[in-house]
Amino acid sequence: MSTETTAVPPKATARPGAVAEFWYYFSMNRGAVLGLVVFALLVLVAIFAPLIAPHAPNEQYRDALLTPPIWWENGTAKFILGTDAVGRDILSRLIFGARYSLFIGLVVVTFALTSGIILGVLAGYFGGWVDTLIMRIMDIILSFPSLLLALVLVAILGPGLFNAMLAIAVVLQPHFARLTRAAVMAEKNREYVVSARVAGAGHLRLMLVTILPNCLAPLIVQATLSFSNAILEAAALGFLGMGAQPPTPEWGTMLAAAREFILRAPWVVTFPGLAILITVLAINLIGDGLRDAFDPKLKRS
Amino acid sequence: MTNTVLEAKNIVRDYHVAGGLFTKARTVHAVKNVSFSVERGKTLAIVGESGCGKSTLARILTLIDAPTAGELFIADKKVDIAHAGLPPEMRRKVQIVFQNPYGSLNPRQKIGDVLGEPLKINTDMPASERRDRAMTMLQKVGLGPEHYNRYPHMFSGGQRQRIAIARALMLNPSLLVLDEPVSALDLSVQAQVLNLLADLQDEFQLTYVFISHDLSVVRYIADEVMVMYFGEAVEYGTRDEVFSNPQHSYTKTLFAATPRADVDSIRARLARKKTAA
Repeated sequence: MSTETTAVPPKATARPGAVAEFWYYFSMNRGAVLGLVVFALLVLVAIFAPLIAPHAPNEQYRDALLTPPIWWENGTAKFILGTDAVGRDILSRLIFGARYSLFIGLVVVTFALTSGIILGVLAGYFGGWVDTLIMRIMDIILSFPSLLLALVLVAILGPGLFNAMLAIAVVLQPHFARLTRAAVMAEKNREYVVSARVAGAGHLRLMLVTILPNCLAPLIVQATLSFSNAILEAAALGFLGMGAQPPTPEWGTMLAAAREFILRAPWVVTFPGLAILITVLAINLIGDGLRDAFDPKLKRS
Repeated sequence: MTNTVLEAKNIVRDYHVAGGLFTKARTVHAVKNVSFSVERGKTLAIVGESGCGKSTLARILTLIDAPTAGELFIADKKVDIAHAGLPPEMRRKVQIVFQNPYGSLNPRQKIGDVLGEPLKINTDMPASERRDRAMTMLQKVGLGPEHYNRYPHMFSGGQRQRIAIARALMLNPSLLVLDEPVSALDLSVQAQVLNLLADLQDEFQLTYVFISHDLSVVRYIADEVMVMYFGEAVEYGTRDEVFSNPQHSYTKTLFAATPRADVDSIRARLARKKTAA
């Protein structure tokens, strides 16, 4: 964008300066970059699961029940992280489980974010009784312990991965609604919104085109943190038998199935637990980094 | 069609403050019975201290808020947004420029989109024509076509205010409400923006309602002056009448309170200081 006058690209890329600035602040945070690397690896593993996994996730090796991992006594190179009680390779199941976890995170966050933004924008923009109605319902949802509410919802809907995701989305959604509402209320009375109104913009345009893009920063952070929350809650529901049903290689479900062997074969419990821990930690680190990068108060100039 | 662009008759605006648990509900009279009219190509300046109802009046004139009572005529047509709603062709006739150029531009919108938005909403003009008009308008307010693809944060306060003026003019309004358009700018830029406003007024036969508390600015740009005090119009007349012969005591106080910065008065003040010391 120098002195060129005539050739105006119809749709230039988003502010390059802003992206560079964002990356500068994000990369200051070592933990966030580490989290991003781990998360990127996880995504690659999930995408190429059939190529990476040494065995099929549900294939049972009847002659190798509860084989310990490779560095243990009696461990074999065939099953690097050992096998579970029915002889399935744990490493392969973890690799395929990454697909489920990421899928759960993605679907839940998409559901929660979309419905939360819609409700939050409506509440913040219109105020009055619309606001009261929506926010009191959100307060009711928030007043239950989240896992308990998810359990109740799954009990009503019937156990299964999809219903579990739906329940978790409902539980996480009030956070998005509150955040959006607060941001919309702050932006609503800014002068550029009034200007757009004077220019003739209708309610829908004001809400979605004028106000919403200026409210996105806190929502992105919340979405990242909810992503890990969703994985964690799905694992908890799976552990309680209300989420993904066996033999799905979902991490929480794997934990639940391995509970009986916690003393005799600790590796069966350890590795799914570690997988959940590392994934959630990585995503939380990214979320923290995002928050720091988006928050102008934390910026050093 | 007569030459009166804007006529307000007995405009009243009350705000109802809802009572809390221990406080009574009360009514704040922000604007009380204000009447005036402005002719095409003229400038009416509204002067008054903070909180005297200037900006409330501006919001009523730009058809953002409805008056509690009173009648508003724009180009001899009665506008009643509280009951009859607002026809889109009325919306195009009145535009506003705000005081703070840092808050009045959407930070995520490029200048080109800022200028094109009014056309996009109100007309079915093709994108290329919208762009041409935005480019022309950018040049009219003293900016260049190279600014078309930039974001508001890349501009200085004075440039932003020019953009805000350009946006207000995109729909060819007949009336422009300027809500303290230069009070957030430094003095040299103030002069530039005021000159720009004067030039545009000549070019487009614009009618201005100029809200300000800066009397030197008002003296420069106004044809008629209305002084507001606690929601009432205490003085209303041509510029020369009001400045040379203020009637109301508040107007006199206001003029007396204006700091003088010309060389003679500074010398006189220094001389007074010397004799006192």
